[in-house]
Amino acid sequence: MTRRYVLWRLVQLVPTCAGILLIGFLLVHAAPGDPVLALAGDSGDAAYYDRIRERFGLDEPFLSQLATYAGNVVRGDLGTSYTRGLPALEVVWARLPATLLLTTTALIVSTIVGIAVGVAAAARPHGMRDAVIGATSLGLYAAPAFLAGQLAILVFALRLGWFPVQGMTSARSSATGFGHLVDLAHHLVLPVLVLAAQEIAAVARLTRAGLLDELGRDHITTARAKGASEARVLIRHALRRALLPVVTVIGGRVGHLVAGTIVVEAVFSWPGLGGLLVSSVQARDTPIVLGLFLIIALTVVIANLLTDLTYAWLDPRVRYR
Amino acid sequence: MSATADEIGAPGLVGRKVTAKGRWLRAVVRRPSGAVGAALVAVVAVAGAVGPEVVARDPLAVDGPSLASPSWTYPMGTDALGRDLLSGVLHGLRTSVLVALAVALAVIAIGMVVGMVAGYRTGRVDDIAMRATEFVQVIPRFFLAIVVVALFGAGIDRLVIVLGLTSWPLLARVIRAEVLSLREREFVDAARADGASSARIIVRELLPNVMPSTVVTVGLIAAQVMLIEASLSFLGLGDPNVISLGYLASQGQQLLRVAWWASIFPGLAIVVAVLGLNLLGDGITDALGGRR
Amino acid sequence: MTAATTPVFEVRDLTVDFDTSEGSFRAVDAVSFAVHAGQTLGLVGESGAGKSVSVKAALRLLDEPPARITGGEALLDGADLLEMTSRQLRRIRGRDIGLVLQDPLTSLHPSLRIGDQIAEAIHLHDTKISRRAARARAVELLDLVGIPQAHRRWRDHPHEWSGGMRQRAVIAIAIANGPKLLVADEPTTALDVTIQAQVLGVLREIQEATGTAMILITHDLGVIAELADVVTVLHDARVVESGPAIEVFRAPKLPYTASLLARRSAIARRGPDPVAREREVVLDVEDLVTHLPSRGGGRGAVVHAVDGLSFSLRAGETLGLVGESGCGKSTLARSVVRLLQPTSGSITFEGQDITTVAGADLRAVHARLRIVFQDPFASLNPRRTVGDIVAEPLRIQGRHRNGVRERVAELFELVGLDHDLLVRYPHQLSGGQRQRVGIARALALEPRVLVLDEPVSSLDVPIQAQVLELLGRLQRELGLAYLFVSHDLGVVRQLSHRLAVMYLGKIVEIGPAATVCDRPAHPYTRALLSAVPIDDPSERDSKRRIILVGEPPDPTRPPTGCRFSTRCWLAFDRCRTEEPELEVVDGRSCACHLVVDASSTAATALEL
Repeated sequence: MTRRYVLWRLVQLVPTCAGILLIGFLLVHAAPGDPVLALAGDSGDAAYYDRIRERFGLDEPFLSQLATYAGNVVRGDLGTSYTRGLPALEVVWARLPATLLLTTTALIVSTIVGIAVGVAAAARPHGMRDAVIGATSLGLYAAPAFLAGQLAILVFALRLGWFPVQGMTSARSSATGFGHLVDLAHHLVLPVLVLAAQEIAAVARLTRAGLLDELGRDHITTARAKGASEARVLIRHALRRALLPVVTVIGGRVGHLVAGTIVVEAVFSWPGLGGLLVSSVQARDTPIVLGLFLIIALTVVIANLLTDLTYAWLDPRVRYR
Repeated sequence: MSATADEIGAPGLVGRKVTAKGRWLRAVVRRPSGAVGAALVAVVAVAGAVGPEVVARDPLAVDGPSLASPSWTYPMGTDALGRDLLSGVLHGLRTSVLVALAVALAVIAIGMVVGMVAGYRTGRVDDIAMRATEFVQVIPRFFLAIVVVALFGAGIDRLVIVLGLTSWPLLARVIRAEVLSLREREFVDAARADGASSARIIVRELLPNVMPSTVVTVGLIAAQVMLIEASLSFLGLGDPNVISLGYLASQGQQLLRVAWWASIFPGLAIVVAVLGLNLLGDGITDALGGRR
Repeated sequence: MTAATTPVFEVRDLTVDFDTSEGSFRAVDAVSFAVHAGQTLGLVGESGAGKSVSVKAALRLLDEPPARITGGEALLDGADLLEMTSRQLRRIRGRDIGLVLQDPLTSLHPSLRIGDQIAEAIHLHDTKISRRAARARAVELLDLVGIPQAHRRWRDHPHEWSGGMRQRAVIAIAIANGPKLLVADEPTTALDVTIQAQVLGVLREIQEATGTAMILITHDLGVIAELADVVTVLHDARVVESGPAIEVFRAPKLPYTASLLARRSAIARRGPDPVAREREVVLDVEDLVTHLPSRGGGRGAVVHAVDGLSFSLRAGETLGLVGESGCGKSTLARSVVRLLQPTSGSITFEGQDITTVAGADLRAVHARLRIVFQDPFASLNPRRTVGDIVAEPLRIQGRHRNGVRERVAELFELVGLDHDLLVRYPHQLSGGQRQRVGIARALALEPRVLVLDEPVSSLDVPIQAQVLELLGRLQRELGLAYLFVSHDLGVVRQLSHRLAVMYLGKIVEIGPAATVCDRPAHPYTRALLSAVPIDDPSERDSKRRIILVGEPPDPTRPPTGCRFSTRCWLAFDRCRTEEPELEVVDGRSCACHLVVDASSTAATALEL
């Protein structure tokens, strides 16, 4: 990959991040009431409001307010949560690991399983296995995360009793070390499966379509004429390019996956960012809500960057554009 | 123009054209995915349009025994307060359909213009339009909607505005890609060589050719919007003044151990709508495969 | 040749059916053919005749379903491929049988290095060979098929290579393990004629060096005449004739083969009736330059597509414009009708300078100066009926307000289309019918000049002949002037009064068609004519071949001096520094220092 291409993509990040910052800023100012109320809640005293006004430069002209706000955010100051009296970033930071564990595991599982399922379907297209995979993934794709979660709880937790109904750890378990890990993994299974289900469906459908498209091409005939086995044709020759749309989608769906995480956390009472977000919205704790929005938006932007770079690595033609 | 256009298009040709279009629709419906999809979409549309009037029970009124399991009287059972769930689901579906429709209109209005313009006028206009599209695409709209709820309070109107303003990039990109490839096709050059203006080329040559993929894409976006709306109200961030499927499902969540129906039926209603839109899209794409 | 021995490869009574949603049809019907070591079998027929399907079926490279082999044998050294397990087949493919496909742009994996793709073919059949040794062998093979600097360029990805080079790489893969049988499926159809000559030369050399048997599948009888020892003609899924090439060409037994051959020579030989010299000039192009923005060449780079062209066209006359892909002929056609804006120069149409006209004035020009496009499918909007399409220019120009329908019917009659077709969509028509629709649309507004941009290139040979005949008749009846742009000398010659040869944005030779074709002066014209495949295999040994080295240079950076100097075998120092101008030599104009000097020397000598 050329260094110039990477550099160019990095430069493009700047206006994007600035734009997202601007949206947050404008929304705070467009909201009904004094922006100070949005930033500090409506239960503070006059002295506290003054301090916030000064910190965010709310008495300054509009543009310098924007500059102050941007400066604060860049320094990692997202404001103070007035329901908790702590810096917003700190509050978010404390809840982040639980969500990150859920989201990353689901992303990895859905990518691997999705591609495998897609390959299995494309290996013998229009067969029985293909049909079953197709119907299942269509159903999964259409199911909202909360329905999938509720069904999973009904079947695997309540009826079969294989997995716990909710939570991240067993309340009574005082196990440490390895025992703790096993307990965590046991709690992780259902939420991850539910969260990954839709992504698996999407990835599998795309992998299958991409493979079938590739398999119809001339260079596949060339590979077969060389004497390559079907497995080799499928994996080495067809899969590489069939994964191009899959890569795009995985990057593009990170935002979607995080949104799904919030819902799944609500279904399984998972102690992550979801609960924090919902309670903060209900309490109108704007610094937390806005901070979370900025962090998630940044994550999506970075995921897109990684996607583009992976794409360029898979398809050498992109780099020269 | 219209007088002469009617001249050739008049009796014979127009009539045949309609049959040709009819045949095309039949090609969609003949495929299993197209047929099932069209049926599901029709069911959802009818249920959302007239359902609440046909099952004229107040979804908020205590109507029967609490937690009654599904029966002839209460096909989807009742909730903890004895409210009829079928009626609730129908009202929720109406909300869902209305939000999806409104957002779809906004998406068509913005996405089509941006996509057409970006595809047809290359160079700087295309650059600017695509930068804007890429930017809007990376905004996580689910979370933007939550921010808006936090700042402005929950409400259907603002939800439609936020989703309408952020859901169009996919359509714009699809249309731009189509127009870019159509532009390379010689029939656009042929129209220019006939002396046609840009406006005429866009309306008469390009528009009919991007229609099918527009329909498919808008269907996909509408499905996503339904899922987002349901998820928001499931989290308790929906409009408190209207019944939503997500809200019903979240009410049912607490009753999962005793009354599975209270949460499963609202969820299934969403599945039917989303599945229908996806299948119909697949059917249209399939039917087009042989034609292009 | 070696007819007495057993054939290397023999297909007997092969039958293949295809199952489609509209029922099953027979694509190959009891087809038999055989090829011996060192021999080339030409498998010829029109598109859809089943030639490619039968070979792919025999090699078991068809997707089954939808294809279904319902009978026959395919014997390689006596072993039936149709009976083999996939493991056995795998061992044979690539080792004993090599395959070259039609389109070099798609037959290589786009994201693997070319050298690695060749090395894979070696590695699959010799798992013990080291990576380094396989790579070294790949470089050798690339060298063998004539890739310059193979030791450096094996690392390239396919998109960095031109079509001709990629086809050489595909051949390198096919011969990697010294196969007994080499199958080439339309190996040069996607290539320019001078590149075709190179690739055919490579195939010929490889066969001479290795003694492999070869099956050459093609629709082009010229390619058969160049290479094939024996010929099998397919028509409608059956073998209609087979025998030694010389006999089939000299005395075809079947009327079908005879007609195929006759049409070919009809296209190649006959010219149009002469036009009166005093007819007025309708189109005059003066020093036209059109530069296009470059897609891959970086910021600010331009393609010198048309770089200073002048010619004129008289009423009722055809000027043929010949050149290979990338020479700028299509850009010229589009510039002339103002679909592209020229960078400089002038276009005068019916006495009016139209280089920069716009709006209503341009629309008026578009009524009288029309263009017919190459691909009749792409140039017709798939969502409108063909009647509607032909009516469109009438509506745009507001003509025949009250009789559009009558005028469209009249036009359909003029181009020989049935009225029933008016309400059809383009995809419901055959290729020839579609091109007639394109012509009808061009004629709708009673034009003076038609620019024909490769009007028959996408059609089968018999259909080409019909459309060319139609164009000839229309010219005589309506007094049209044609600017006929094509890569195919044979086709152009049939209609052209005068001929211009283009190379890299310039005209290198222009003059009366007969003069240019029979006594070409410019080295490029000579190479181009020599690259056109012969008509009869008996000419094979007597023909003097000029095979050009390399490929046309990058048009974003044309060479200094004469643009052809990088490939010209006669070039000397002056050619590389000083650009030759078109000068009248021996009844035509030619831009070549050597030719001009030689003729003036000859003239001087004559005077002395």
